[in-house]
Order: sequence, then C-alpha cells, then structure tokens
Amino acid sequence: MEVLQVKHLQKVFFPGTRNERHVLKNINLNVYEGDFISVIGNNGAGKSTLMNAIAGTLSADAGEIDLVKHNVSKKSVAYRSQWMSRVFQDPKMGTAGDLTVMQNLVLAQSHTKTISLKRYQKKAAEEKYLALLRTLNMGLENFLNTQVKYLSGGQRQALSLLMATLSKPKLLLLDEHTAALDPKTSQEVMSITDNIVKEQQLTTMMITHKMSDALKYGNRLIMVQDGQIKLDVSGAQKNNLDKSELLQAFE
Amino acid sequence: MIISSLGQGLLWAPLAIGVFITFRILDIPDLTTEGSFPFGAAITVSLMIKGQSAIVATIIGFLAGCVAGLVTGILDTKLKIPSLLAGILTMTGLYSINMHIMGKSNVPLLTQKVLTGYLPAGLTVDMQTIILGIIVVAIVIAVLYWLFKTRLGLSLMATGDNKNMSAANGINTDGMIIFGYMISNGLIALSGALIAQNNGYADIGMGIGTIVIGLASVLVGEIFLRGNNILVRLSAMVLGAIVYRFLLTVAMSLGFPADDLKILSAIILIIVICVPIIQNRIRTKRQLKKYLAQMEAEDDGSITSKTSAKSILSRD
Repeated sequence: MEVLQVKHLQKVFFPGTRNERHVLKNINLNVYEGDFISVIGNNGAGKSTLMNAIAGTLSADAGEIDLVKHNVSKKSVAYRSQWMSRVFQDPKMGTAGDLTVMQNLVLAQSHTKTISLKRYQKKAAEEKYLALLRTLNMGLENFLNTQVKYLSGGQRQALSLLMATLSKPKLLLLDEHTAALDPKTSQEVMSITDNIVKEQQLTTMMITHKMSDALKYGNRLIMVQDGQIKLDVSGAQKNNLDKSELLQAFE
Repeated sequence: MIISSLGQGLLWAPLAIGVFITFRILDIPDLTTEGSFPFGAAITVSLMIKGQSAIVATIIGFLAGCVAGLVTGILDTKLKIPSLLAGILTMTGLYSINMHIMGKSNVPLLTQKVLTGYLPAGLTVDMQTIILGIIVVAIVIAVLYWLFKTRLGLSLMATGDNKNMSAANGINTDGMIIFGYMISNGLIALSGALIAQNNGYADIGMGIGTIVIGLASVLVGEIFLRGNNILVRLSAMVLGAIVYRFLLTVAMSLGFPADDLKILSAIILIIVICVPIIQNRIRTKRQLKKYLAQMEAEDDGSITSKTSAKSILSRD
C-alpha cells in the first residue's frame, strides 16, 4: 500500500525574475508501507524542497501530494501531522527549549487537533516515558523534569527522534537529522534511528549527506539531482550498489 | 503609602499578567494593550451608567478586551501583519471606538455602586480595594494555573516557544496565538475596568503608557521572584505590579508632579530591563571565579591551569 504518493510536483522559486529557479521538476514518487528510503543529492538538488513540500512547510506550485489516500496538497502542517512526523536537522527545531522533557513528550504523544482541558501530567504516563527514555541510552531518564534547553545537542536530537515516533506516524521524515552532531553522537543517533524504525516498522524517508549511511541503512535509495529523481533503487539492487558507483552517478 | 500601593498594585496586576501572557508566553510585544485597557474601562463605566450592575459590567469589560485581542490575533496570524503593527492598528482603531462608547473624553461614575460597594461598608477605602484586588487576582491566577496544567495551556506555551515544532506536533498554532491574544487583552481590559471604578471615571487617555507599565511590572516581578513554575511566575507578576506602584508612589512623594509620571515609568522600565542583564553578568562572573578557584585547588601547583584561568577571567 502507498503511504505517500507524490504526483507531478512542481516548484519554482522567484518566477519571472532573473533569479528564477525551477527546483522541483515534475516529481513523481510512491512510498510504500515499510519502506526505509535514503534520499541523497548534492546541495541545491531539491531534496530539502521536496521534503518541505511533503511536510507542508512549503506549498508546491503544481501537483498533488497524497498521504495515506488523503489529498493534503493544500493542508497545513498541523493537519498532515496526523499521519506524519519530522525530525529536523537543527536539534533546536524539533523540541521546545523552555518546556521540560516530559512536557515535550506529552505534546508529541498524540497529534490530535482537538483542544483538551484535561490535566496533562499524570504519574502513570511518567513511568512510561521514563522507560522509553531509558531505551535511548542517552541518560535522558535523569532529566524528565529538566527544561530541554539544558540538554546537549545529541540528547536533544535523540529526544526529537523519540517524540517523532511516539505518535506511531505512518510516515517519518528525517531531514539530515544527524548532520549537526559530532561523528560519534551522529553514529549513536543513527543507530537509535535504525532500531526504532525496525522495531516499529516505520515507513521512513531520510535525507542524508553521508553516502555510507545511505548505503548502510534502509531498503531503498533515491538520488535527487537538478530537481528530478535520477536514481531509485531498492532491495537487492540497492544492496549491490557501492560508493564509487554512487559517486559516478553524481557526475 | 504601602497600603495604598498594595491596593492599586493588585488592581493593576491583571494588566501585568495579561502582558506576561503575550510578552513571555507567546514572545510577542503586543501594543493592543494601550487600546484594550481604556476599552475595558469605557465599556464597563458606560454599562454601569446605563444601569447594569458592576459585576456584569466588569465581566463584559473583560470580554470586550478578548474581542480586541481577537482582532489583533487575526491581523497577526491570518493577514500576516507583523505583530507590532497589528497591535498598533487595533490600538488606533480602538481610540475611535472608545470615543463612540463614552460619547466624550471623560465619563464620571456618579452614584453607581462599584465593585468595592459589595464589600462590608465598615472598612476603609484602602482596605476595600485590597480585598477586591485579592479576590480578583486569586480568581485570575487560579483559572490560569489550571489552564497551564491542561493540554491546551501546554500547547499555548509550546507555540510561543517553538512554532515549527508545535505545528509539526499537530497544534493549530494560529489558533493558539489568537487565543493567547484574547486572554491577554481580556485581562488588560479587566484591569482597565477595575481602575476606572477605583478612580470613579473612565478617560480616553487612560491607556497611554499602559504597555510600559505592564512591561515594567513583568520585569520587576521577575527580578524579585524567579522560577519556572507557572504559579511562581504568575505570582511574580502580581508582586511586580505592586512594587511598581510603590516605586511610583515614592516618586510622587518626592515631589514629582503627576505629569512626570510617564517619563518616570519609562525610566523605571529602562532600569529594570538593564538590572537583570547586569545581575546575570555578575552572577556568571562570580560562579566562574568559584569554579576556577575549585579547579585550582584540585590540581594545585600546575602553572598552566592558573594562567588559563586568568586569561579566561580577563576576557570577560
């Protein structure tokens, strides 16, 4: 089943000016349930624009985006979040710094649009969150009632990841989510990601600049170049790819 | 002097809390304040003159403020007008509306029973003001405390903190911002209604400088009472409003004419903005010194650590 269908997506920045840039050129993409897609491409290729268009932070100029059979092309980020979560590149983006770890987790627990006047902090939930934080192995369980701004970048990103997966999204978007971390932390966060995705069998799209990560993780690889999808391989074909081949395709 | 500034401060406290909600929770400097404060006063006084009871008139004054907040909220979120300008637009528009409501620039209350009239008559006026202030402030804080413990309140805080993250977690951020503007300006109008009853009149010019009063109260409160707990933060606003009134009373008793109150307000605001920054710098410096001294004690004799410690200190 298709979790995400992108049909004839177009995006032009600054149309009619000297700086006109056709960033997405008639993109078509089907993401199937259980896919773990690595998206690669050089700077300015359009992968981030594609991600933003899917997430809803950017509206496409033409084309259609279907999320779990719902046409969401004109819908808000909040509406799309019913089925979708996103981890940003900047650890500060995915969490609310002035709120505590607990409060952040409560917000991520359910992406409902309904307004609730019930008390949010419950003892029973606390235990559950502690157990989840322990699985990250980042020492976050000691900071349940600490404001998130006091955490390190790696801890914040691990928390973002946990938050993004807490609502059991149909589609998880990872936007270069390890790029801002040091190599060791980046690796840790990447392996946590892999564990969570496998465990919950999440359909995932991950933008990455690390060729090795793109090859190592996931069952499908997409290369975006010049606003088009130049390469889309999956399964055994993907496993047979190697770095030099990919770099060649980049040319 | 203390007694009268206590009573006055309590009546100004809803204004401080209102400004706190937009300025601190939503991170928006909202100038609607200058319009919604006299708006609440005008509506309440006019209704009382028409024969409405003080309680009903005050509640309607509060609701009127909410409507003013709604307008600014829509200008800000739906029409994408920068929040500072959105507030100025509503404030300017409200001037005419307030004139229409009052019919003239100053409307006195005559024999109408004000809110303090419901309290036992044996008390002094100051005492009555204090008791009324405590009742109103207690209700406001109780309701807000409850609100911020709910998912709705949490969503409001998250929206002010990180809009992207909130939207990504399914929160209707525009709705939250509008809601924040509404309760904020409702409380500001409530303050206007209380002050008008206390003064015995509503005046078209009573809103001038209220944003400065509100911001100064917020900052003064935060100097005296710090904390992340929402109850502490709300109480700090009440304390801030009282201390601010006290400062003004002191200035008045030093012989400053009433016309100079506005410039005094502005100067107090400048001071209280600077104080926390200096406070912070001193605290960091002291803590750094303590930390480095500890380091030095730990590996005594090591020259490198001493020189590096000195170089760090001298840089600041």
